[in-house]
Amino acid sequence: MKKYIQHAVILLVLAFMYLPILILAFYSFTDSTMIGSIRGFSFDNYVTLFTEEALRSMMIGTVLLALGVGILSTLLGTIGAIGAFYSKKSTRFLVEFANEVPIVNADVVTGFSVCILLIVLLHIDKSTYIPLVIAQTALCSPFVYLSVIPRLKQMDSSLYEAGLDLGCSPSQALIKIVIPQIIPGIISGFMTAITLSLDDYFIATYTKPATFDTISTYVVNATRGSQTSIKTALWALSAIIFAIVVVSVVIMNVNAKEEEERR
Amino acid sequence: MKKGFFDRRQLALPYVLFLLVFVILPLFVVVYYGFTDAEGHLSFANFLAFFTNMRTVGTLVYSLVIAILTTIICLLLAYPVAYILAKGEYARKHSFLMVFVLPMWINFTLRITALKEILTLLEGNLAFHPFLNTIICMVYDFLPFMIMPLFNSLAKLDNSMLEAGADLYASPVQNFLHVLLPLSVPGIVSGVTMVFLPAMTNYVVLDMVYNSTYIMGSLIGSYFSSYDWNNGSLISAILLMMIGLVTMVTNRLIGDKEVASR
Repeated sequence: MKKYIQHAVILLVLAFMYLPILILAFYSFTDSTMIGSIRGFSFDNYVTLFTEEALRSMMIGTVLLALGVGILSTLLGTIGAIGAFYSKKSTRFLVEFANEVPIVNADVVTGFSVCILLIVLLHIDKSTYIPLVIAQTALCSPFVYLSVIPRLKQMDSSLYEAGLDLGCSPSQALIKIVIPQIIPGIISGFMTAITLSLDDYFIATYTKPATFDTISTYVVNATRGSQTSIKTALWALSAIIFAIVVVSVVIMNVNAKEEEERR
Repeated sequence: MKKGFFDRRQLALPYVLFLLVFVILPLFVVVYYGFTDAEGHLSFANFLAFFTNMRTVGTLVYSLVIAILTTIICLLLAYPVAYILAKGEYARKHSFLMVFVLPMWINFTLRITALKEILTLLEGNLAFHPFLNTIICMVYDFLPFMIMPLFNSLAKLDNSMLEAGADLYASPVQNFLHVLLPLSVPGIVSGVTMVFLPAMTNYVVLDMVYNSTYIMGSLIGSYFSSYDWNNGSLISAILLMMIGLVTMVTNRLIGDKEVASR
């Protein structure tokens, strides 16, 4: 492929991926209600975003849910990965099979099936948040498992034995020797769990309390409504999220490079 | 060490239980609800009704059309990008892949909102082209999920394979068809699975561009809002069967290739 064609392909696809987000971010700093007509610059959208009660509680709720689900999935997935890694083949096969299910399954089916079990069959009240947290954890913990397992495989197993020989109890050896070696996998699993929870629409729809909204369910409802101040405040939200994602990706990349250089 | 009351293998227990109760059991419950009636009697009525009703069969066909088109367009866009990033001009710029994967971490409803505003500006009214807009938004949503696996499989590919092809007088087209394409099948397969099934069920994209035609996911959504658990479960069960089938086929395809490449 000719050089200039390659640059053109990259540029075109990047434009398709980023122009909408960037244009919307630009317009979030104006007082226009539609793209294409600039009247003047203003921070009204940002003020609305952080003062309007419905928007604020939606954002706080989404973040708290993501943190809760992230922590729970990380605990379950990590402990499960360590356990399965040292278990006999049949147990590990069972775990890997069940672990694969939420990953390949459509989120609609995952959410609906947990809703049928917990809410329809077992009559657990939606407003307790229990179905929501369980369903999202069922989606997220398999991804934690998958990011921890490779770290366990890379680990030098003689270190654990050495720890035991030097007088550690098995649980001490686990906490002081195994966990520190797999911590990068745990962290990236945690990050994946958080982003999955933040991105989720379908599981939340089928299992959330009626009065609770995540960013996704709120945005979808807002597109049906006609309140323009809410609509443009969401432009501000997407600009902020875009900025946060860009900054964290840059930080992650810098860290990864440093780690590579240290080796 | 084995005699102590603590054994690291026991750590698997909570996760095994969690997966069995909240991942595997719900699937059985859904299949049970799908094949029983409201009174709990075994019944194939819903199942037969789905495949004999023109409307629901039409929904199945419409979702397949959307999913197939989305997947093909994503593949056609993602393959050149992945190739250029892995083997072309950008092969030495490792962090450049990040730029293409980054949108995955932005909430998809907000990304679709952004695209929707642009499309409204270009088309005047979104309602004029519901099908076109659906495909554009689906491609926009899923493109990063196609680029990533394709890049991973192309980056692993040994450059000497391509050089050998060229040394043996393969034209660039022949080299692509007989060397590059067959060796990147695992990447294509995992990219297709990451796009195809979500595209069949992600009815929020249709809702957001005011496309009122149903896809399989919309059926579950509408049965959910009318508390019709049996029919909703039936649709889930049908989707489950398709997912199972696709997973079996892809596992075989990826597995075969891995054996062949050794």
